[in-house]
Amino acid sequence: MMLTDLTLAAARRGLGERAFTSRELTEAHLAAIEALNPRLNAFITVTGEQALAQADASDAALARGDDRPLTGVPIAMKDLFCTEGVRTTAGSRILGRFVPPYESTVSANLLRAGAVFLGKTNMDEFAMGSSNMTSAYGPVENPWKRRQDADAVLVPGGSSGGSAAAVAARLALGATGTDTGGSIRQPASFCGIVGLKPTYGRCSRWGVVAFASSLDHPGPLARSVEDCAILLGAMAGHDPKDSTSADVPLGDYQGACGRSVKGMRIGVPREYRADGMPEEIEALWRQGVDWLRDAGAEVVDVSLPHTKYGLATYYIVAPAEASSNLARYDGVRFGLRTNGKDLRDLYERTRAEGFGAEVRRRVLIGTYVLSAGYYDAYYLRAQKVRALIRRDFTEAFARVDALLTPTAPSAAFVQGEKMDDPIKMYLNDLFTVPADLAGVPAISVPAGLDANGLPIGLQVIGKPFDEEMVFAVGAALERAAGFDALPTIRADSVAGQPPPPCPLPQGEGELPP
Amino acid sequence: MSLDPATVRRIATLARIRVEDAEIAQLQSELNGILGWIEQLNEVNIEGVEPLTGAARMALKMREDVVNDGDMQDKVLANAPERIGAYFAVPKVVE
Amino acid sequence: MSYTIKGTDGPWEVVIGLEVHAQVISKAKLFSGAATDFGAEPNTQVSFVDAAFPGMLPVINRECVAQAVRTGLGLNAHINMVSRFDRKNYFYADLPAGYQISQYQHPIVGEGTVEIELPDSSTKPIGITRLHLEQDAGKSLHDQHPTKSLIDLNRAGVALMEIVSEPDLRSPEEAGAYLRKLRTILRYLGTCDGNMEEGSLRADVNVSVRKHGEPYRTRCEVKNVNSVRFVMQAIEAEAKRQVEVWESGGTVEQETRLFDAARGVTRSMRTKEDAHDYRYFPDPDLLPLVLDEDWIAELKAELPELPDVKKARFMQQYGLPAYDAGVLVAEQATADFYETVAAGRDAKQAANWVMGDFFAALNRTGRTIVDSPVSAPNLSKLLDLIADGTINGRIAKEVFEAMVQTGHDPASIVEAKGLRQVTDTGAVDAAVERVLAANADKVAEYRSGKDKLFGFFVGQVMKAMAGKGNPALVNEALRRSLG
Repeated sequence: MMLTDLTLAAARRGLGERAFTSRELTEAHLAAIEALNPRLNAFITVTGEQALAQADASDAALARGDDRPLTGVPIAMKDLFCTEGVRTTAGSRILGRFVPPYESTVSANLLRAGAVFLGKTNMDEFAMGSSNMTSAYGPVENPWKRRQDADAVLVPGGSSGGSAAAVAARLALGATGTDTGGSIRQPASFCGIVGLKPTYGRCSRWGVVAFASSLDHPGPLARSVEDCAILLGAMAGHDPKDSTSADVPLGDYQGACGRSVKGMRIGVPREYRADGMPEEIEALWRQGVDWLRDAGAEVVDVSLPHTKYGLATYYIVAPAEASSNLARYDGVRFGLRTNGKDLRDLYERTRAEGFGAEVRRRVLIGTYVLSAGYYDAYYLRAQKVRALIRRDFTEAFARVDALLTPTAPSAAFVQGEKMDDPIKMYLNDLFTVPADLAGVPAISVPAGLDANGLPIGLQVIGKPFDEEMVFAVGAALERAAGFDALPTIRADSVAGQPPPPCPLPQGEGELPP
Repeated sequence: MSLDPATVRRIATLARIRVEDAEIAQLQSELNGILGWIEQLNEVNIEGVEPLTGAARMALKMREDVVNDGDMQDKVLANAPERIGAYFAVPKVVE
Repeated sequence: MSYTIKGTDGPWEVVIGLEVHAQVISKAKLFSGAATDFGAEPNTQVSFVDAAFPGMLPVINRECVAQAVRTGLGLNAHINMVSRFDRKNYFYADLPAGYQISQYQHPIVGEGTVEIELPDSSTKPIGITRLHLEQDAGKSLHDQHPTKSLIDLNRAGVALMEIVSEPDLRSPEEAGAYLRKLRTILRYLGTCDGNMEEGSLRADVNVSVRKHGEPYRTRCEVKNVNSVRFVMQAIEAEAKRQVEVWESGGTVEQETRLFDAARGVTRSMRTKEDAHDYRYFPDPDLLPLVLDEDWIAELKAELPELPDVKKARFMQQYGLPAYDAGVLVAEQATADFYETVAAGRDAKQAANWVMGDFFAALNRTGRTIVDSPVSAPNLSKLLDLIADGTINGRIAKEVFEAMVQTGHDPASIVEAKGLRQVTDTGAVDAAVERVLAANADKVAEYRSGKDKLFGFFVGQVMKAMAGKGNPALVNEALRRSLG
């Protein structure tokens, strides 16, 4: 096994036991990125020199007995997080060569916890998408291939497609993402990894390029439930610079992963099905129910009657907020500027040139639904339906501790599919959107493979601020599923490179060779 | 609610995004498709329901009246596409 | 007599409402920690939040909220315990985010009243519709460069209170009185310095005209008028314009206009296609603003005595007429000055001195009460010197002049110039004797019945005594001698 095959937790333990250095760990990942990123396009910016400097500093700290949760651990940041001194694009042309003079709270928290940053990952433009096809920096290839069709290039999902692909391909031990309609969970499902959307307000939005303020949730992606728990523990926390940040104490997320689910009540909402959804997903969902029952949980049928209205609600509220949040991209203070004959012309040309087609569509929809005469019919109505969707969850959670659903209505599809009709693409988020609208925590755990050999995730949804329950149930699923399939494109399959021996910590006092 | 080309232009102007004549038809069709699809919300009975204006459930926290920001003229201007002295520059506006 | 515009076919009534934007006194901005000082170097008081950089978020300043509450209390208005911030979306170079954070449907303050005083001493209540908090925009300079406008964001994000009046005003005078009264209240409360030249108080004037008894007709808004005088002129100019439009068979279009002070007319500001659709919606980066009853009570308890209450007290406590009381309370500093002087003294005499010689001296020297050449304690001492007979009224004026010039206290001026009033009856008698001797003919005339000459003798004796004669003694001595 290579260093890049370790889980984040094992890597951190190895570093602590001086089984290997952060420099070795970081170099291994940088080499993997160098070899595979030209194909996968998971990273927009690689911060190699900075990462090595951070690694060296981490090694010095580790020598002094540093015990922070992420010291020396190389991770990737979705390019939606403003990173001081490092170019940030939000997957768009309109940010130009913007270099933020500030560090987002979440990335600052990770740095403070000792993390090493490998670079900024690719994403759908302004987080608007579920395939990473709308990025101005090219699409991302899913490291998984169809069994029968090794040539088909698949999407990693989106909008955190780069982060998911990087983690799946072992280019990073973990990554940050944001989830507004499903943008952490759905790509996690498509890439066979774990992705968590925390409760709204759990992670600060300060320094995260805003898409839809009431729906944006920063969160972790990693290869195990425990890894996500470690990342969340470092990322989360009240931030007085974000007025929507929750002033609620953090839980013991890592500890929760080991908690038994005996006696827990798991709800199965009958509405989480879609027309044309592959039977395999349905079957895996039933399998998940069995796993939890076997682990001692009680399974209950529940109903969330407004589930099917989630997408339409989302596609009014999110574009509306985005149309306002993206008004600042005007070529005046930073980013791309396209000159015009007057100020208005400058605005119009800059934004036409800087925004891609999907962003333009959503900004226009958003502008329309807020415009005079339509506010009540669209936006106000949508916010009322949103209240009903949240009420569905509140009522269900009076009877159960968590819900189990599929994460997505399909496995990864081919790049180029679903591009002819925006709505086809929107349907990817059918099962993820309701948790964004209600702000409740939800995780996707890889549960099995479909007939094509592609990963399918199961989703666990919990009560507000009860990420511990979500981790407990997620970990139980993970143990039961025993998902150990590997994507075709990954660091240890780098052509011509024999896997170096990995001094894995295997017990007390074991020293590296 | 179906959009006509004039409305598409009006929205594009409100949003300050230039749309060429050749693009209007397709944009109109895409937007109408999406708007038609979201019409399904009209089925929902929303009587007596208060709108949810955010997933956060707290009251606004206030900060102390202390000057702890600003005083960084260069950083504020550093990313400006056009800068004249200590100002951002744009094409002249006639009021 | 109510104000009307004389049209060709009868009088037109003018209906006016004012929307006043008052910059809040606070150290930092409404949603960021940047400073609010006037006149700083461009773009030095700008946070990334004010400049709307990616990922930046607003956090509300408690003091700005407190100032809005204090103002609401000072306007006798209803404080809304729950209010909300909305985004007002439009594009302009001085609006970095492409939206202004304001309050639309749920403002922090509701209905209230302001009493205005009219020249004939009558009062009229003017309704306040609402007060809300919002961000100020930056500044665009259009005349510094031939082809570019320059943007300074120092002012972007400074807290404004928008105070909207009911359309209860009916004349330029009333509008002027309202604006002045509002300014006084804000200055008393310390929530806004009311400096119209610096732009910390700006008025948008809504004007319409109608025939008596008619419902309201279309109104136009004259924006950003920055002096009371211009507000009054703008109202008259706009009302006349509208009357002409109606009388010539046209229709007044609802639009935004600017007042051209040089030409004394209003002109249209925007073309029709720019009619803004602001797409108001609740700001998703903020939560509802919920106020605490105890906190409001604390703020209320700390409020200073407001002008109307102070005026009534002055009338009652110092026996002053309404007009005088009104003048003295127009500025809190003036009221405090007066009270220091009046304390334990003849209140009416104090009022006469403050409103007379003192105000005249301020005008003459171009000073204000804040940097007055004569301090309240010193003016008080001057009155004391009159009261205890050290100097007489006439000499007091001379002493006062010297106080204005030098800033010294009256006692040292009296000593230095030897202006002590003469109370030595011997000296008085001697002066009287000299004057009578020198004016024997007039003495005879007086004794034969020309009583009016008494004043002449008083003047002559005073002159002989270099003005320092105690008037009572002089009078008494003359009566004795003249018989």
